[in-house]
Amino acid sequence: MKTENELLDNTRFDLQIIASWIKPNSRILDLGCGNGDLLDYLRRQKHVHGTGIELSEDKVATCIGRGLTVLQGDFRDEVHDYPDLSFDYIILSQTLQQVMDPEKLIPELLRVGKRVIVSFPNFGHWLIRLQILFTGHAPVTDQLPYEWYNTPNIRVITISDFKRFLRKTGVRLAREIAINTHHHDREGHIIKYFNNLRATYGIMMLEHPG
Amino acid sequence: MESKKDTSLLVEKKFFTFAEPPNEMILDSGAKLGPITLAYETLGELNEDKSNAVLVLHACSGDSHVAGFYSEEDKRPGWWESMVGPGKPVDTNRYFVICSNILGSCMGSTGPSSTNPKTGRPFGFDFPMVTIKDMVQAQKHLIDHLGIKKIMSMLGGSVGGMQVLRWCVDYPEMVRSAIPIATTTRHSAQAIAFNEVARQAIMSDPNWRGGNYYDGKGPDHGLAVARMIGHVTYLSDDSMRSKFGRRLQNRSTLSFDFNGDFEVESYLRYQGTKFVARFDANSLLYITKASDYFDLERGDGTQLVNDKLADIRFLVISFTSDWLYPTYQSRAIVSALKKNGSDVSFCEIDAKWGHDAFLMPNKQRDKLISGFLDRISHEN
Repeated sequence: MKTENELLDNTRFDLQIIASWIKPNSRILDLGCGNGDLLDYLRRQKHVHGTGIELSEDKVATCIGRGLTVLQGDFRDEVHDYPDLSFDYIILSQTLQQVMDPEKLIPELLRVGKRVIVSFPNFGHWLIRLQILFTGHAPVTDQLPYEWYNTPNIRVITISDFKRFLRKTGVRLAREIAINTHHHDREGHIIKYFNNLRATYGIMMLEHPG
Repeated sequence: MESKKDTSLLVEKKFFTFAEPPNEMILDSGAKLGPITLAYETLGELNEDKSNAVLVLHACSGDSHVAGFYSEEDKRPGWWESMVGPGKPVDTNRYFVICSNILGSCMGSTGPSSTNPKTGRPFGFDFPMVTIKDMVQAQKHLIDHLGIKKIMSMLGGSVGGMQVLRWCVDYPEMVRSAIPIATTTRHSAQAIAFNEVARQAIMSDPNWRGGNYYDGKGPDHGLAVARMIGHVTYLSDDSMRSKFGRRLQNRSTLSFDFNGDFEVESYLRYQGTKFVARFDANSLLYITKASDYFDLERGDGTQLVNDKLADIRFLVISFTSDWLYPTYQSRAIVSALKKNGSDVSFCEIDAKWGHDAFLMPNKQRDKLISGFLDRISHEN
């Protein structure tokens, strides 16, 4: 029998943090669930009732083949069908930077779920700042490995900017962690100070105000 | 020497008769029908607590012979042998599989070619109009007869998928999980249009004679044309191009007559003739009409939005090249089910075989269905 940690060893570090925030037996919606590693882990370890949404047919078939509940589709379209507060947690990991309209998406997710957990690559990381400053080129890093002309990451988000967005839109920040990752994002550590400068990813749990 | 067949694959067509007068079944139309016989076949073993039953619903012109062989000499397996059998996605080593011929058909169940007890002659067009709801109600009598309270899973493609959805709406307490494949909540105008052309082909054949042709030559040509039309809708541009292209049949030059030059013509003629040998024209009329009438969105919104369906687990499957029941129709099913909080999975499989894809061997399809059924069986 694998231990909890071993099961997640091959999972991205940000997903390990997210998993630790999920309460047992809750209802989960994982947007862009990939091959379903996080859902499978949460199902085994936390007995959650999970649904995933994923665009790729192959990944969807892999998920359903391993006994997960997954819908093939674009989550930006798929979320609208759900009644209010259908889920305890909605997980949006490393996708927000690819969304055209976060200002509309976040409130919609908070309609469907009690809490929304987002993780995103932090554009305020010092390496990115230095690249722009010294090379004059759009930054290319392990977390953001694309060129300007082929990147799916159309939104440039820093941890500070995102928090300002939450204050402006009246969304409550229930929890936050900043992490620095390495080794294909599978390992990492939590950052305590100067997050916007030192963290490669921000992870935040959003709630309705009040 | 031919190896001996797995004896678990030997199947027998059985018959169940119910609704004996005066307890006839009341149909959707209000008419009464009885007695009713359903032909059915089973594979595998029903377990002690009767929790491993899988009901397969066949499409328009299918029958109860879903898989297996009638005898050791029988060379033709059932119509869905890539799906059902030992070690197949619907694994008969684990599940008890039931498939019955639909009401209104001619493959052993009561239909227009059956004898009308009132006249002693075939019903013909005196057979009452039956709907998908009636077919499902008849199946429920069979399931009750087999002593099964809850079906572990039911699956079917096309008109079979309509029956799956109808089961969920009418008897949700009897369904643990459902797999509607390449199907719809209701026919598009395009689907009705093709069915109507098929029906007109039959009804304009002089041998159809108002449906009372059983004492003579039937509307063979009309039925063959109807089947040819049907076949076109089951294929796709892509599959026809790769299957036939513009290749000529047994010739190297054009004939400059109408005896058929192209392979695709020859194929359709062959399918038409083959169909005439096994199917009754009136049954095709009734069943196509039933599928056109099927509509889960009539009235106040879709009948799939219903709290009673919340506990059913769904796996909805569509195919990219299916233009008879395009993916948007499967998405409409998914969209409705999500509103119940139902546990619903959906996958659109990339396949070029058109609507027929659900019958063709396909690894992705197999992975989806075996994984889903395995999970449902463990959630017991």
